[in-house]
Amino acid sequence: MSLLELDDLSVTYRIASGEVPAVRGVSLKLDSGAALGVAGESGSGKSTLAMALLRLLPRDARVGGRILLDGDDVLAMKWGRLRAVRWAEASIVFQGAQHGLNPVQRIGDQIAEPLFVHGQADPRQARKRVAELLEQVGMPTWRARSYPHELSGGQRQRVMIAMALACSPRLIIADEPTTALDVMVQAQVLTLIKELIAEQSISLVMISHDLSVLADVCDQLAVMYAGRVVENGPSREVFHEAKHPYTRALAAAFPTVGDPVSRLAPKGLGGDPPDPMDLPTGCSFHPRCPVALEECATLDVGLWPAGDRRTAACVHVRAKEEAS
Amino acid sequence: MIETETSSDTVDTAHHTLLEARDLHVEFPSRGRRARAVDGVNLSIGAGEIVALVGESGCGKTTLARTLMGLERPTSGSVVYDGTALDYRSKALKAYRKIVQLVLQDPMGSLNPRHTVYEAVAEGPRIHGLSGEREIVAEALSRAGLRPPERFFLRYPHELSGGQRQRVVIAGALALNPKVLVADEPVASLDASVRGEILALLLKLRADLGLSALVVTHDLGLAWNIADRVAVMYLGRIVESGPVEQVLTAPRHPYTQALLSVLPESPERIVLTGEPPDPTRIPGGCRFHARCQVLASGKAAEAGVDAKCRSELLDILPATAAAQAACHYAELSA
Amino acid sequence: MSSVATSRRRLAFSRFWGSFRQERAGMAGLVLLVVAVVLALVAPLFIDDSVTSVVRATGKPWAAPSLDHPFGTDESGRSILLMVWWGSRTSLLIGFLAALLSIVIGMVVGIAAGHFRGWIGAVLMRVTDWFLVLPSLITALVLAAILGGSTLTIIMAIGVTTWPSTARLIRAQTLSVEARPYIERSKALGGGHWHITTKHVLPNVAPLLLASTTLEVASAIVTESTLAFLGVSSNKTSWGTMLRASYDFGAPTKGAWWYILIPGLCILAVVMAFTLVGRALEAVLNPRLRKAGA
Repeated sequence: MSLLELDDLSVTYRIASGEVPAVRGVSLKLDSGAALGVAGESGSGKSTLAMALLRLLPRDARVGGRILLDGDDVLAMKWGRLRAVRWAEASIVFQGAQHGLNPVQRIGDQIAEPLFVHGQADPRQARKRVAELLEQVGMPTWRARSYPHELSGGQRQRVMIAMALACSPRLIIADEPTTALDVMVQAQVLTLIKELIAEQSISLVMISHDLSVLADVCDQLAVMYAGRVVENGPSREVFHEAKHPYTRALAAAFPTVGDPVSRLAPKGLGGDPPDPMDLPTGCSFHPRCPVALEECATLDVGLWPAGDRRTAACVHVRAKEEAS
Repeated sequence: MIETETSSDTVDTAHHTLLEARDLHVEFPSRGRRARAVDGVNLSIGAGEIVALVGESGCGKTTLARTLMGLERPTSGSVVYDGTALDYRSKALKAYRKIVQLVLQDPMGSLNPRHTVYEAVAEGPRIHGLSGEREIVAEALSRAGLRPPERFFLRYPHELSGGQRQRVVIAGALALNPKVLVADEPVASLDASVRGEILALLLKLRADLGLSALVVTHDLGLAWNIADRVAVMYLGRIVESGPVEQVLTAPRHPYTQALLSVLPESPERIVLTGEPPDPTRIPGGCRFHARCQVLASGKAAEAGVDAKCRSELLDILPATAAAQAACHYAELSA
Repeated sequence: MSSVATSRRRLAFSRFWGSFRQERAGMAGLVLLVVAVVLALVAPLFIDDSVTSVVRATGKPWAAPSLDHPFGTDESGRSILLMVWWGSRTSLLIGFLAALLSIVIGMVVGIAAGHFRGWIGAVLMRVTDWFLVLPSLITALVLAAILGGSTLTIIMAIGVTTWPSTARLIRAQTLSVEARPYIERSKALGGGHWHITTKHVLPNVAPLLLASTTLEVASAIVTESTLAFLGVSSNKTSWGTMLRASYDFGAPTKGAWWYILIPGLCILAVVMAFTLVGRALEAVLNPRLRKAGA
């Protein structure tokens, strides 16, 4: 059975000048022990989605649909149950490791905090657990006595991961965990994440704008555009043989070094990401789509089956599907 | 100026060297010690050439770019433009700023939020007292792909998308009709789909205007996308440089090999441990030896260069166009 | 094109005015302020210097408030109401000009200290600190005593002693503006010191200056009153000199509460009005405060 299931999830922010639909009907499934990547650009709704999973959205957000965590609807949970679920069952690693840590508190105390919050440990046990966690994320145990400013960016991100692991959660949500890190440090952190999910059979939801990173870490990949999933499937296949033109563009944005096709030929999409308050009619991608047909301006194609365990929301996919 | 002749001889003669760093050192005081941010660099940019300067944060690549712009003064060595060493008197510097232009990483931050697009682009022409301001601004904006330009004149930065903002910054640079563009991570803060468009713009400007560019980046894919030549920097020095095809498909320096190996899709990963070391404590011998996977695996010892790696300093690489690497181990196979 | 630019400016102003109007206390202060300033400006149309003349006093000495003299009279039988009205001209004039002087010095020193790092900035900051630790009231007293008592002297004395706090504020803001990438871009375009400080730094510190000027006027009015009360004045009737006179002629022992209360309330009202407007301006113009409030 699946650990996490999103059923027609929608999130709308209410602001002074109207309503902003950030997530518009997303359905996804994540099996226990699997890793799901959610790709998209700024404004695609991917971060809103991540925050919605643990009900961390601001008050002005209206959430619809269902989020089932282990069969329990997160949106219907009582406050006490929700608190127990945060950290203990699912925890989140934010982007921007610089601001996620309290600058005047020692690393060890910060990692131990969720242990005390959820009443799992006395101080001695907590110290032992902190040492264990630091070791797991590849840091020397004496670092527990350091302050955040004494660490480098990569080490801070490791501490954030250790904090997320503190209560042995079954699901980790990582929002751009490696953005703003150097390539080499990024590789270290990604390797660490891959090892952790493999060894401790933790499930992972990873949010990123970098398709190549997601394809590398995750089993399954969902590509979001303007608040919707436009393509979904096994990550390698989605990355290498994208069915949706937007996925193709995203994949081409990060060229493979050594590939003669991309040499001196950077590829991108014309136009700009859509304004969520003023979405185009029909398929919201059609103004930027290189293969758009006339009907795309009026026709909003939902997700269609596009091969084994794959779906994509594009008229071309539908045409092929209907022909076969 | 005998030096000029010798160095331009070594550079590929097909290229006319436009901008050059000669034995450049830049030091800063840092917590009571001296940080050698740029520690001996020779680098040349030819007319119409795009050079990518690649390295991790803290390797000194941004300092090198700022020094080439004349925004930072070298401790020793010189910046040479068209055969003449850069003069730091304010009048000469102002004239130099018409020729070499800067594009920064964060387009939102590099535009004054209180200035309209027109004012932002017109700033350069106004400083240099150019006439026909309106035509210059319109032309620069359309060159940067913002068409029709009049539609953008009175917009404020916060009303534009990230890609449009970066185009405004590029237009602001183009308004002075420069010869060289120094771009520091020009697409790092842009959305993935917009990235390619901005890079394509840089290539188009080179084709249309013969603009040279130094692109500072941590992204090897970007170098592969647009650069002719690449220079890999580690701890204040260029450790490998040469034509992109050669350096990125057959890297010779262990550091370049490691950087390439951690890209997604690469078959075998060499993940270096630790963080890039501190420019206030540059190790002796080869500056990379403490993290070097070739030395750690014992291959260097087999070849009999391990002692040299730990103790013998490497020469500073000259500003040549041909592929070269500053590595004792690589020298053996060369 | 310039007409479009003007209309954009107008739009920006109307947006600013719209959010200022949301600040109730600020609006109350502004109304009070406009009334006070208009009254001071139109005073010569109705009365003149003679209301302060001892020989031409119209009432009995120490008369309590009555229909003839709504706020009572002073020791010579002069109407307190008319004196307060006439005196508001001096008080407000000193307040505005002293604040202006203080703000101009503070702005120039602050921007220079923030823009020129190195020894110029260091020297300017040392000078600022030196002025900051000087007890400003005593310095102003001494200055006024040496220069002799005239309106100009009082303005100088207040202006010269109150600028350091503005300078510190402006320096901090300048430093934060100078750290922005667009300053780097402007330098790379060839912009010199004058260009960067006038085109980029000044417009960015201007809102802060506006807010701090309003607050500064309030404190200058208080300082003027204090100086007058301590015996340093311009020999013109102001709210401060009236308070001083009430004390000199023993108003408390004579039970003439109106002589003390009326000028005191005037000072309080105007200072509060300026403070309210200043705080409201700060809240509207400072994005960080704005965000915290939202």
